[in-house]
Amino acid sequence: MNVDVKSRLKKLMNKDIILILIILTVAFLAYFLHEILGGGSVGSVTVKVNGVIEGSYSLSEDQEIEINGGTNHLQIRNGKADMTEADCPDKLCVDQKAVSRRGESIICLPNKVIVEVEGGGEREYDAVTN
Amino acid sequence: MAKNRIAYFGVFTALALIFSYVETLIPVSFGIQGVKLGLANLIIVIALYKMRLKEVYLLSVTRILLSGFLFGNYFSILYSLVGGLLSLTVMALLKKREGYTVIGISAAGGVFHNVGQLLVAMAIVESLAISGYLPVLLIAGLLTGLLIGMLSGQMLKRLTNIRF
Repeated sequence: MNVDVKSRLKKLMNKDIILILIILTVAFLAYFLHEILGGGSVGSVTVKVNGVIEGSYSLSEDQEIEINGGTNHLQIRNGKADMTEADCPDKLCVDQKAVSRRGESIICLPNKVIVEVEGGGEREYDAVTN
Repeated sequence: MAKNRIAYFGVFTALALIFSYVETLIPVSFGIQGVKLGLANLIIVIALYKMRLKEVYLLSVTRILLSGFLFGNYFSILYSLVGGLLSLTVMALLKKREGYTVIGISAAGGVFHNVGQLLVAMAIVESLAISGYLPVLLIAGLLTGLLIGMLSGQMLKRLTNIRF
């Protein structure tokens, strides 16, 4: 029984493991290729308070931004902008996922703060299929 | 014998269809858009070991058309068709070669299912930009494929006396 398990494990080790390793390698290669080639197409976020543009920040550099004198806290990391803190009661903007693609936005209604991504990568939805 | 095969084909079609349905009931998408477990592939993998290849192709296409019309739309049929057929072709080719177990074959099937769907997405959107999604889909396909492969292995062990 033990020998049977061992021999079967050995069999699995051979080609299956090689196959899995190849797939993993291709996945990592694709990831790094995309990181290298796609690095240039990072956009920026425009922060508007009460309809007035307060500032524009590049998504390419990591930074922390205080909006509206500190009511909202925006964090830019790895090419994505995320609202990390807000003093509004519902915290909907904080709950929103990080944005990075053109046209995406984070909106904090109580504080009238709009963070919108401009330029850079493709829109998230080029086509809707279902 | 022929009658038996037709009956089994019907049972497998029904099973694959049910699994497609069960899949729609599972809300988990692993946090990633478009990533599914691929439960119906369990049936396809088992059929690959139990049926003639021609019948497995027929089963796959039947399953995709039926579940597509029932639970999806024309686009999802297109996606599934390309993904499913590419996946099945790769699995059949690997199975012909010695040394691969059902786990490895299923893993490759899961990966190529996602690759096929990504290719369709690229063709529809006419953009290479979504290729950035490839690594995610490869890893997801690998993991779900491995899981389905392990399940299939367990099921095949218990289905040894069924031949058709």
